[in-house]
Amino acid sequence: MEPLGFGAIFAQAFVELWLVWLVLAALMGTSFVLRKRLGLYGQLYDSWVGMVGLALVFFWVITALLADYVLPFDPQQQFASMKRAVPGAFTPEGQVMLFGGDNLGRDVFSRLLKGSQTVLAIAPAATLFAFMVGITLGLPAGFYGKIIDTVLTFLANLVLAFPVILLFYLLVTPGIRDTPIPTTMAAILFFFPIAFFFLFFYSRYKTRPDVLWMQLLAVAVVGGWMYMGLAFNSDPLGILAMDPNTLNIFVSVVFVNSPTVFRIVRGLTMDIKTRDYVAAAQTRGERPWYIMLWEILPNARGPLIVDLCLRIGYTTILLGTLGFFGLGVSPESPDWGLSISEGRKIWRSVEHVALPPALALMSLVLGLNLLADSLREQSLKD
Amino acid sequence: MLIFILKRLGVMLLTMFALTLVVFYLTNLEPNLVKLALSAGNMRMTPEEVQLWLENRGYTDPFFYRYFSWLGGVLTGDWGMSTRFDTEVGPFIAGRLAATGALMFWVMIVMIPSALLLGVLAGMREGSKTDRSLSLVAIGSTATPEYVSGIIFTVIFASLFKEWFGDFHLNGSAASATGRNGLNITFYNFTLPVITMAAYGMGYIARMTRASMAEVMTAQYIRTARLKGVSFRQIVIKHALRNALIAPFTVIMLQFPWLLTGVVIVERMFGYKGFGDALVQAAENNDIELLLTCSVVSVAVVLITQLISDIGYVYLNPRIRVK
Repeated sequence: MEPLGFGAIFAQAFVELWLVWLVLAALMGTSFVLRKRLGLYGQLYDSWVGMVGLALVFFWVITALLADYVLPFDPQQQFASMKRAVPGAFTPEGQVMLFGGDNLGRDVFSRLLKGSQTVLAIAPAATLFAFMVGITLGLPAGFYGKIIDTVLTFLANLVLAFPVILLFYLLVTPGIRDTPIPTTMAAILFFFPIAFFFLFFYSRYKTRPDVLWMQLLAVAVVGGWMYMGLAFNSDPLGILAMDPNTLNIFVSVVFVNSPTVFRIVRGLTMDIKTRDYVAAAQTRGERPWYIMLWEILPNARGPLIVDLCLRIGYTTILLGTLGFFGLGVSPESPDWGLSISEGRKIWRSVEHVALPPALALMSLVLGLNLLADSLREQSLKD
Repeated sequence: MLIFILKRLGVMLLTMFALTLVVFYLTNLEPNLVKLALSAGNMRMTPEEVQLWLENRGYTDPFFYRYFSWLGGVLTGDWGMSTRFDTEVGPFIAGRLAATGALMFWVMIVMIPSALLLGVLAGMREGSKTDRSLSLVAIGSTATPEYVSGIIFTVIFASLFKEWFGDFHLNGSAASATGRNGLNITFYNFTLPVITMAAYGMGYIARMTRASMAEVMTAQYIRTARLKGVSFRQIVIKHALRNALIAPFTVIMLQFPWLLTGVVIVERMFGYKGFGDALVQAAENNDIELLLTCSVVSVAVVLITQLISDIGYVYLNPRIRVK
């Protein structure tokens, strides 16, 4: 059969994703109607920059969630006759490969959709963990100053002076998985979220033991459960698990991002601690951690939310870089960075293999950047 | 000022010491040494032979003894031997740095003027149509890492429209730029790597310039100038520009560490044999002494540019004084 033309390819790709469009339209339509009542999120619908950003991000999130239902092919299945097939070519069974086949005869379109899952599973979670670490260390550094600040800032600068790419080559090589380094780093870094929530509740409800014990128990149980599952891969319930590859990437990404978050939080804290409401809290006799977590942190949320958005985008780029160098991904995974690198090797003969994952990664990061820009504008309006 | 610089240099040396120690530790982990033995020696060695190979070459000596003997060598100007390229590290890295320096020079030539122009044009009338569209360009550029823009540019200029450009089409590879007879840079083999790298860094600098320009344009002295009847063009060029360019200077200096990752990606992508390529080869083969030298060089670049940005900031902005 003749391969499809470009118009037909895009029309059919559009139809293949009908479920995604449906959910996207429902989600954004409802939000648009209710935008006046949705606070900061609703305000994003006031500018078209924010809407485009949201649409791009939601598109990939929904695609990642529904990928298994909309995939036309198994992303690992190899068709001997479809090696480097042009976009719109048909398999012997009469199915169409919309974006053609890659070097091993796998469907580029299916791998593209499947690849969104890895990115969207790791990037936001790793960024959130980095924020927990950065906040838990940045608040006391900015608040107390002196020796804590000097030591922590030196450590942060130490990590920041390290070229990212070199750090990844050292931390994400296959050999390092045989050493206890990734698990040790995970054990340290994953401890911070638990410490954060513990302090968060303790500083506020210290005088009300009846509420406090329940919250602390919840933190201990949920945190402990996730800690066992993620850091040591030994979840007693068997639900949470991270294979050594993913753990290695995850830990490295958190490690690289935390110092920057630390610096931002430290700077914001130093600025905010001179405000009158902090002085008022101090006069009331509030404890330092209460002031940091319940007075300073909520007032620093604007810049932090903007940075969170930008940082998820940056982490996506980092993950792509890792995949591009083949670090920490198995050779047959549909990871975008890896697909770009694979496609690049054969771009002299066929262009279509590297282009779709490249554009996909770009559109996701672009969406996050637009979202951050729009959030910044909204927060300036207040 | 002198004490400030001396203090910073002290911290710099301390940082370098700590970082080389970390790199040394990580490259000397058991699995990495095995990898080194297998790649530098023979791929089919048995575990016993690997152990013997490592012992014969002194890799099993005490950790600190080896670290300080390496450090001693460095202090006397001996950077060691590369196991991957089988040559002395010092001259080898110098050659690679020259190649990367040429690449960086052209990247800067392209990136800085276009970023500043973009930022100043966008920031001089905040909220205008020009501002909105130029800001979108800048955001788009920061969302396009080198490995994405490299693919797009290559597809457009080097393969898809090859016929359109005829003999004028650009080369999708920069391998011919670093031959045996030194550098051979031409428009055809160098344009794509340079614009690929410049495009990613440009957006960020442009955003910072825009923010700085927009802030300056709301300052009192600009309003005074305007009320005096100075033309808009004069205000921008004579009054606003000088103050608005302080922040971008810092940003450009702090951009160097980011460019380093870009150098690695672009050099691998276009087959350019420079510093980034050496770093990847050293890391992939666990070439310990070459990798240590690479990290010393890159950390030095990061810290020195930071220092320059701090000092330059003080000189450009008379309101700030270092204690």
